[in-house]
Amino acid sequence: MANWIPLWLHKLSSPPVFYGFAGKLRPWAIALALILGVAALYGGLVLAPPDYQQGDDYRIIFIHVPCAWMSLFIYGVMGIAAFIALVWRIKLAEVVAMASAPIGASFTFITLVTGSLWGERMWGTWWTWDARLTSELVLLFLYLGVIGLYHSFEDRRQGARTAAFLALIGIVNVPIVHFSVNWWNTLHQGSTIRLLGPSSIAPSMIWPLLTMMAATKCYYVASLFGRTRTDLLALESGKDWVRHIAENEVAR
Amino acid sequence: MSVASLQSFFAMGGYAAYVWPAYGVFFIVLLIDWLAPQFRRRRVLRELRARMARQDARKDRASRNSTAAT
Repeated sequence: MANWIPLWLHKLSSPPVFYGFAGKLRPWAIALALILGVAALYGGLVLAPPDYQQGDDYRIIFIHVPCAWMSLFIYGVMGIAAFIALVWRIKLAEVVAMASAPIGASFTFITLVTGSLWGERMWGTWWTWDARLTSELVLLFLYLGVIGLYHSFEDRRQGARTAAFLALIGIVNVPIVHFSVNWWNTLHQGSTIRLLGPSSIAPSMIWPLLTMMAATKCYYVASLFGRTRTDLLALESGKDWVRHIAENEVAR
Repeated sequence: MSVASLQSFFAMGGYAAYVWPAYGVFFIVLLIDWLAPQFRRRRVLRELRARMARQDARKDRASRNSTAAT
């Protein structure tokens, strides 16, 4: 291992150490996700006023937009983990990449369904082959492709490396989704939240949106850690540390 | 909170049929995502315990056979 990588990080990538670390952090992450989620729902569904054009229908934004952000963010994490897995062949990176795919697919699916429900009333159509919608659908297919490819191999580690390659190629789609509303003429509106410059949304609407974004981030950490722990157990089931866990769990 | 205000909350200004299914999908999909790995974890550990029990039984039998032969 290169010596610019700190020792603790190197230790953390060992499956039993990460299993314990993830087990300790996971309850905090899900608790934080639930608290933030409830606050965001209260702010979004009760406190925020109806939109002057869309009435109460706009309230879909409080899940649609955070889920859309997560669909891209998780793909980014999966891409980075896939890169690390392919270059340094770290087992934990393979597991993280493969565990991220179903969570990302879930968020992408939610984004597409909620967007469809929103579009039906506001655009008058459930679906249109618009640049933003099509590239988000491609994102879902990429996630499903990664999951399918991973499971099509008898050897899990070989499957993970092959699927990691697909994940890495598919990362070109992430900027396409993000910039699609600027690059093409689309029915989908542009960004209302901007990191640089003023956002075109009222503060009473922006805080539930940002709180829900934080909640979904925490949920992702909790879900990822849960999946990673399960995958590590399955992958290392011949090893002593997993046997100890299997024995202790039956004793409880 | 009065009944009327609760009713108007659930009515979502006439968009109830769009807003609530959206939130429903959000919660159901995430709930499945949350529960699926936990069931899988239990199955993985159960299968591992079964494999360990088989290995122990085989070892037991092997040691008994070897003592019986001598």
